[in-house]
Amino acid sequence: MAEPKRSIVEIRNLSKAYHRESLAVPVLHDITFDIAEGEFLALMGPSGSGKTTLLNLLAGIDKADSGTILVGGVDITALSETELAHWRANNVGFIFQFYNLIPVLRAVENVELPLHLTALSRRERREHAEMALRMVSLEHRMDHYPKEMSGGEQQRVAIARAIVTDPTILVADEPTGDLDRVSAEEILTMMERLNAEMGKTIVMVTHDPRAAKRAKVVRLLDKGYLNDAPAQNPL
Amino acid sequence: MLQLKILFRNAFHNKLRSGLTILGITVAVLAFGLLRTVIGAWYSGVEAASASRLVTRNAISIIFPLPIAYAEKIRQIEGVKLVSWGNWFGGIYIDEKNFFPNFCVEPRTYMAVYPEFVLSPPEKKAFLADRKGFVAGRKLAARYHWKIGDTVTLRGTIFPGNWDFVLRGVYRGRDETIDETQFLFHWDYLNETMKRVSPRRADQVGFYMIAVSRPDLAPDVALSVDRTFKNSLAETLTETEKAFNQGFIAMSGAIVTAIQMVSFVVILIIMAVVANTMAMTTRERIGDYAIMKTLGFGGGSIAVMIFGESLVIALTGCFAGMILTFPAARAFSQTLSTYFPIFIVSAQTLWLDLLAALLIAFFAAIIPARRAIRVGIAEGLRRLG
Repeated sequence: MAEPKRSIVEIRNLSKAYHRESLAVPVLHDITFDIAEGEFLALMGPSGSGKTTLLNLLAGIDKADSGTILVGGVDITALSETELAHWRANNVGFIFQFYNLIPVLRAVENVELPLHLTALSRRERREHAEMALRMVSLEHRMDHYPKEMSGGEQQRVAIARAIVTDPTILVADEPTGDLDRVSAEEILTMMERLNAEMGKTIVMVTHDPRAAKRAKVVRLLDKGYLNDAPAQNPL
Repeated sequence: MLQLKILFRNAFHNKLRSGLTILGITVAVLAFGLLRTVIGAWYSGVEAASASRLVTRNAISIIFPLPIAYAEKIRQIEGVKLVSWGNWFGGIYIDEKNFFPNFCVEPRTYMAVYPEFVLSPPEKKAFLADRKGFVAGRKLAARYHWKIGDTVTLRGTIFPGNWDFVLRGVYRGRDETIDETQFLFHWDYLNETMKRVSPRRADQVGFYMIAVSRPDLAPDVALSVDRTFKNSLAETLTETEKAFNQGFIAMSGAIVTAIQMVSFVVILIIMAVVANTMAMTTRERIGDYAIMKTLGFGGGSIAVMIFGESLVIALTGCFAGMILTFPAARAFSQTLSTYFPIFIVSAQTLWLDLLAALLIAFFAAIIPARRAIRVGIAEGLRRLG
């Protein structure tokens, strides 16, 4: 019998509401679940269900109203803004729907950006960035600016930037939402490989069943409630 | 290093907007530099004044004369090294628009009291030997194309009649701060003519110039001079050359204050323009800053990039403005040399330009930087989407 994988993310009684003037709009209600190390999890649900908010909370870019989030044993809800920034730099790789590359930097410079927060030398930073770009098969696009690349290529650069620091988890918010079908398939295959070959824990928010199909586990969110039990991907 | 690259590239990313902002700063720095230079030109006489020279005039007003007999009494006061004297002549050359300062002076002592007026020995000798001779500053002689030996006629206003003079020398200033537009001739020429045509006005001088042996003696000498002529028919007022010159400037103090205020208003206006540019550019990049924060960059790094971008824009405009100030000042000086014989862009003006640019950069970036730091990452990323 296979030994159960340890949880890399432990979320307990997580709640979050957005405040508009005096009105509080609840987004997440008492969410509790774990993400196992090496997991490829898809968070699905209709618009406004709280998927992106949950992703932002477990990636440490938003603050919960109550509850705890332990990532690799660290309670990130107890960290200050500065500690959280440091933690993000070392533990989380981000992939966004609109790639979110810095437009004035070349591909290799975009990938190198998070490495400026490490102790690596200039030469080491460049080597790491080039290696990450080779992993996403973009070594021929290193010196191109984002506007000179296709959407699929930009997303591959974003993936290279996400993995270059070797983070604990990768979070992806609708990573194929702005791509054509062929490019989307390429990106999903790349993420599958990162999970299978490099053991990266991936949490992906999507409303696209084709994208969710590639994940090992799918969790459904509806109106801020997690309404299913952890299960193998039914898709 | 990469942050430096980002802020430089950001600064020139929107070429039209950055170009127009830089042009605005260039024009503002140019205007500021020229206005400061005008103020400097106004004070050039004060700056060029020597601490070891005193000016004695009639205590009632400078328009009232003093007897020439005072010269000997002043010479005997302890601490006095040299005494010279002169009158404002107020002559007109051809037309009233051809204004330049013209004085009759006692030439031997005057040249000794004013060593900064440099005259070649042969020219000095020729000037001293010719009672109708005069010397002109280099700029004045150049302006009217006078050559040694030329006869120049001034129409007297205070001392009526046409007065003929022969150019015997062209002096140069010891340095660039010395006025090279003066016209100096023999006091004896005026005095002897007055003795003939208006004896009541003879043997009188408008002012005495006193060189003291040591600058620290100046206050005591000034007191002694005034005490000597206390209760006489023409009481004196003696002050340092600097105070005397400042007295003239005080008469136009309101104009100088107005120019100073305008120069600072120019800086305030451009500060608002740059602040607007920085607000726009930061609003456009709020998503980029959110990405950087997501990657782990702190508020300090974001602030450095915004302040740095503001600094790059402000300094680019500032340096362009500083460079353009020199040809503009030269053109200004040539056009208005009658009123501003010394029109030099000083090092202090350039430092003020730089300080103004730094202040513009700093204040223009405060609000945009604060806003960029305070906006939440999720909010910033939403703006990108």
